[in-house]
Amino acid sequence: MTTRTMGEPIPRREDPRLVAGDGRFLDDLGAGALAAAFVRSPHAAARVVDVDVSAALEVDGLVAIYTYEDLEGPVAEPLPLLIPHPRLHAPKTGYPLANGVVRHVGEPVAMVVARDRYVAEDACERIVVAYEPLAPVVGLDAAVAAERTVHDDVADNVAARMVQEHGDARAAVAAAPHRLALDLAIERSASTPLEGRGVYARWDAADRSLRVYSSTQTSTSVRFALAVKLGVPVDRVEVVAPDVGGGFGVKIMHPWPEEVLVPWAAIRLGREVKWAEDRREHFVASAHERGQRHHVEVGFDDDGRLLGLDVRFVHDNGAYTPYGIIVPIITATQLLGPYKPGAYRVEFRSLYTNTVIVTPYRGAGRPQGAFAMERTLDAIAGYLGIDRARVREANFIQPDEMPYDHHLIFQDGRPLIYDSGDYPATLDKVKKLVGWDEFEAFRAEARRDGRRVGIGVACYVEGTGVGPYEGAHVRVETDGSVVVATGLTTQGQGHQTVFAQVAAEALGVPVERVTVVTGDTRRFKYAVGTFASRAAVMSGNAVALAAGKVRAKALRIAAEALEADPDDLEVADGAVRVKGAPEREIDLGTVAVLANPLRYAFDEQARLATQFVVGRGVDAPPVAEDDEPGLEATDFYSPVRSTFANGAHAAVVETDPDTAEVRILRYCVVHDCGTLINPRIVEGQIHGGVAQGVGGALYERMVYDENGQLLNASFMDFLMPYASEVPKVEIDHLETPSPLNPLGVKGAGEAGTIPAAAALAAAISDAEGFFVDRMPLSPSELWALRERHARKEEG
Amino acid sequence: MSETLHEARLVVNGVPHTVRVPARRLLADCLRHDLGLTGTHLGCEHGVCGACTVLVDGRPMRSCLLFAVGVDGAEITTVEGCRSADGGLGPVQQAFQDCHGLQCGFCTPGFVTTITAWLREHPDPTEEQARQAIGGNLCRCTGYQNIVASVLRAAELVREPHHGPAGGASVPRP
Repeated sequence: MTTRTMGEPIPRREDPRLVAGDGRFLDDLGAGALAAAFVRSPHAAARVVDVDVSAALEVDGLVAIYTYEDLEGPVAEPLPLLIPHPRLHAPKTGYPLANGVVRHVGEPVAMVVARDRYVAEDACERIVVAYEPLAPVVGLDAAVAAERTVHDDVADNVAARMVQEHGDARAAVAAAPHRLALDLAIERSASTPLEGRGVYARWDAADRSLRVYSSTQTSTSVRFALAVKLGVPVDRVEVVAPDVGGGFGVKIMHPWPEEVLVPWAAIRLGREVKWAEDRREHFVASAHERGQRHHVEVGFDDDGRLLGLDVRFVHDNGAYTPYGIIVPIITATQLLGPYKPGAYRVEFRSLYTNTVIVTPYRGAGRPQGAFAMERTLDAIAGYLGIDRARVREANFIQPDEMPYDHHLIFQDGRPLIYDSGDYPATLDKVKKLVGWDEFEAFRAEARRDGRRVGIGVACYVEGTGVGPYEGAHVRVETDGSVVVATGLTTQGQGHQTVFAQVAAEALGVPVERVTVVTGDTRRFKYAVGTFASRAAVMSGNAVALAAGKVRAKALRIAAEALEADPDDLEVADGAVRVKGAPEREIDLGTVAVLANPLRYAFDEQARLATQFVVGRGVDAPPVAEDDEPGLEATDFYSPVRSTFANGAHAAVVETDPDTAEVRILRYCVVHDCGTLINPRIVEGQIHGGVAQGVGGALYERMVYDENGQLLNASFMDFLMPYASEVPKVEIDHLETPSPLNPLGVKGAGEAGTIPAAAALAAAISDAEGFFVDRMPLSPSELWALRERHARKEEG
Repeated sequence: MSETLHEARLVVNGVPHTVRVPARRLLADCLRHDLGLTGTHLGCEHGVCGACTVLVDGRPMRSCLLFAVGVDGAEITTVEGCRSADGGLGPVQQAFQDCHGLQCGFCTPGFVTTITAWLREHPDPTEEQARQAIGGNLCRCTGYQNIVASVLRAAELVREPHHGPAGGASVPRP
């Protein structure tokens, strides 16, 4: 085949538009649409006593004001519980507009629609809401203590409790020759894409149809949810994800209050309505993640081999649980990483607090799990006085033990069975890349200059490509171009490039001929969404399957035209030809013409396909009974279970003896996501993932005060890393193909983030000589830790 | 309670415009909504992220912190004006594609304008200088590594004769 594109680092097809300012992000659409703005609760917990809109009515340009009393039917009911789970015994979801009670700062209370956003915000300022403030529940301590409750009928603030166990972990720990107990914590952070959420709705009253553009990670599910909420037949609803300015998890949550209310108002008003979230709204009214505290009890032998692992953790799920308990389930299962834990028991409680809801953020519970596991292994190494890498090697699942069954249930309700991976080779590679064995010489040299340096390593396994399915439609047009549509969405992952590569390879056409559409329900109606590092696995394979069908059909039609056996044909460079006789070939565009017998000749190509030209003889129908017109096919990929990517990160840090500033000197990643479709794009995913991991380790946290006010709800105060904070990432790949899917690919999106906090904590611990048990760690916190340890050593 | 409108004359990407806007109309909103130049994006509206950076009389400024009436008479270059003179991608834009310097592309316009201006005074930067050059812009996707590479690549392209000076070529939008 001459058109090899799989595995090539080709430039992205989407870039020329985006670099030139021709992107079409949500707020770039709908010039002239009315603007929505929201009055949001300034209290973390309060009763809404009265909403007085009278002063707002005189604002010139005001179109409408809505409060809960204006809602009716399904819109007035609580928002859906998207992922119910038997262990989520006390699920709660909010209303589109507060129904008498607010449970976090930022919860929407009233909606204003006006000529433009300036005017809408003028009106918001004039709406007077009388609240009766209540004492809020803020932080895990308050949630556990349950002296106050977030929901009246959840007396202990516990939304969910779940236990998974394989073997008798507590007995194994108790019987082990060595035991350790650790408390390990990760604070809240958030996805924080540069573009916030946004919704733009157009109601065609004559056509009784609704088109909604949403900055979402799942347009297909938004479509179904809106049809239900708005009482519009689903067939009359289209949802399009335009260019989306980053997601990282937060935009998989849906339908948001605003996502329901904007189209609802558009229908009511018969006008186009748009809302683009501002930065403060994104901080207080979208979603956060990460806040968890873990207690680990571990038993091990003289080599550091795990005999029993008993983990209990508490998860702060915020005020509501619309996305269920996916995050703590992932922590509970993915905590195990590439290791055999001996007997394992994990128990979590998911707790309500009067804070913003918690839904997955890149890594989705895995960074916390990796932190708990990797810090535990470091503690074991420290306790036994052996090399930290050796402790890991002692516990790895070996390649010849694949597939490996952990005897647990994963987030998709299916068994946690790893499909493939070479964990010892991965660690070996990262040790070589970072110079693990030569580090002591570097440390000694640095010490002579009065510098403190440290090194850390952390491994992870990531379940990627979670089901249930994705699909794709592939069509060859009569000009030989290929259009591919898949339902899942894109937020910067380069899908227009990688899916084009997959289709080009499977079809045998130059990649330049392929155009890809994602996240547009007009083009593909059945899909799940982009999350859990699943796009390349799910839609990638669906595209390959659909393109394979098209290729088979092209061979069949061409074989008739060329009077050859299909087995003697090949497709290359966009033409079907006889193997070994390339002069006997037929362009795919012409095959597409032949695939569609026509009555009307509307252009030159169509003239070739009218019923007087093509046909199967006068005794056969022009289209055979088991055939369809057109050179196109749809197919779906639905895996039996997730495929598991893995990797290892190693970090070298320097900590300033005076200021306690942490500087990352080197950051190395070895990564195995199976077969690479486009290495350049995979590396970009790793770079970005590491940057978010560094943010979570050293800079980013959501700082709530005791009243439930988010004190750092701006980019001035929430420290998202700039270029000056993010290290240059050195990358090496392994490619262990997944046996579960035709392309052999595994997901790559979250890998950069997952072990970063663990690796950096290990490196800082190594530099400082004391154990770091929580992240993020600011210079002032590191300073305080130093003081505390110095005092301990003195006295 | 209708607002008083003020006239402002802006030369945007070489094209003169006269707009009538309220005094509080941000330059970013004026460019996006009044002139339809939606390439300039708003990421924070408080001057931190840099996505809305445009060149005002050649200097990079945050258009979310400026009023349109406050730059009456100014020459403004947006990302749309950073194309090369022949209408193709400008050197900074081309460099971003060459180096995979963008993922979602939302912050990219602010980087393109910032780098375009910076390269005029730093035609041959080191990697360290390139990293400093983008130190005031936030990107959540790339981890900056490929943006640093894009700065260096753009400097190379600018030095190539057929590309000429970096952007600001005052090409009217088609």
